[in-house]
Amino acid sequence: MQDVFIIGIGIHPFGRTDALSGLQQGAYATRQALADAGLDWRDMQFGFGGSDAAGNADSIVNELGLTGLPFINVKNGCATGGSALIGAWQAIASGQYDVGVAIGFDKHPRGAFNALPAEYGLPDWYGEAGFMVTTQFFAIKLQRYMALHGITPATLGRVAEKSFRNAVHADHAWRRSPVDLDTILNSQMISDPLTKYMFCSPAEGGVALILASAKKARELGRDRVRIRSAVVRTRPPGSFEVFAPCIDIERGGAPTLLASKAAFEMAGIGPEDIDLAQLQDTESGAEIMHMAENGFCKDGEQEEWLANGWTTIDGRLPVNTDGGCIACGEPIGASGLRQVYENALQLRGLGGGRQVPGDPRTAYSHVYGAPGISGVTILER
Amino acid sequence: MDGIAIAEGIFRATPQPTLIGGRDRASGRVVFPCPADPDRWEPVDLPRRGTLWSWTVQRFRPKSPPYAGPEAFEPFALGYVELPGAVIVESRLAGIDDFGQLRIGMEMELRLVPFARNAQGEDILIYAFAPVREG
Repeated sequence: MQDVFIIGIGIHPFGRTDALSGLQQGAYATRQALADAGLDWRDMQFGFGGSDAAGNADSIVNELGLTGLPFINVKNGCATGGSALIGAWQAIASGQYDVGVAIGFDKHPRGAFNALPAEYGLPDWYGEAGFMVTTQFFAIKLQRYMALHGITPATLGRVAEKSFRNAVHADHAWRRSPVDLDTILNSQMISDPLTKYMFCSPAEGGVALILASAKKARELGRDRVRIRSAVVRTRPPGSFEVFAPCIDIERGGAPTLLASKAAFEMAGIGPEDIDLAQLQDTESGAEIMHMAENGFCKDGEQEEWLANGWTTIDGRLPVNTDGGCIACGEPIGASGLRQVYENALQLRGLGGGRQVPGDPRTAYSHVYGAPGISGVTILER
Repeated sequence: MDGIAIAEGIFRATPQPTLIGGRDRASGRVVFPCPADPDRWEPVDLPRRGTLWSWTVQRFRPKSPPYAGPEAFEPFALGYVELPGAVIVESRLAGIDDFGQLRIGMEMELRLVPFARNAQGEDILIYAFAPVREG
């Protein structure tokens, strides 16, 4: 397997852009990534890309040029971006290609995601009864986790407070005003114990990453950010996932545990070697639970971590340095690649007001979504 | 309680309200609801009592479709109830005056409750677990 480098990054700001389709936001990000890499669309030997709700990614050739390149559509829920990245990474690591692009974009209607039971192999009554609501799952998983491990609402609030504070300095974030802890804790209760400011919202946006072989990256003088691992895993027996009419009494693992372990093994490093992390924060409790599931702390230690500010920009492990999903919103197809974009930017030292100090060398990203999938990448400079 | 079940085959009303799960004929694993494939899954009555595994409150009206509840929305509690020796099932929670009373581990028991009305004015029934009231 050859080393693979990220040589260009581009993003269309997340949030609401009424004038552009999701696909056009993907094209915008791709043009930016090509400019960043100093390349042209016709230099792309292949593409992988996808959206969840904004159409087929291969239509992007109509926006960017009919060069005849092979372009593979990816539709893998919240792991769409991560899976596109894996496809592109494998295409180069195998030696088949030297340079190509991974693209993710999306555009969702306002309000909570509107999933239909049949798309998940569930009976119609499950949706009719009002169970087809993702926020319920996150709240229920969190409610139990808090009871078992002594996590308090104030800790949930501190996660969201940090997200909005970081996003002030992120051009691509959606919610860029600080929100104080009291406002977060006292805002409208959406699904107990989670309030309005603790949740991310469906959004719009696009991200593109240009990947290249070591040889090509060196030729271009852009061999700085290397992909150490990129994995996606589905759920093991006994896990608890979105849209589950029942769960096994005998509790098992979680897709994030599998993906994290595989990614660390592939990279040959451990959680203690990571300098910053982007963790799936569909809501603030998800960030808390994912800190432990990804191996960065033990269950329950998050109370101490958040109280001491250990996940802030200048903390021991900065988490969600651009405000994460809570501040950027979640365009499903683009969200995983946003995390990798942010990590690549940080490793290049271009984080501006949110730059992690101390010259970070390793960066970790993690997505989680329905129906129980998880994707992890580790980058190294 | 009189009314029409929200779906066939997920519970029965008599003699006692009972959820119908499915047992994997090969492994013995129990799930809810019972999947359609009869070669693999055998219908099985689930215990009527269990303990609250976790919970939340749905405080906004879910989108329709798929939600088929009444237009006038009242927040409702839901969660998972561990049925000993069988499975942990997702369910509405009923019989709670104050959501603050919900506690993980509390004893719960199955009921059928009205969920909505159909065009003929008949109650549509759904299963729910309510706190066990002793004595």
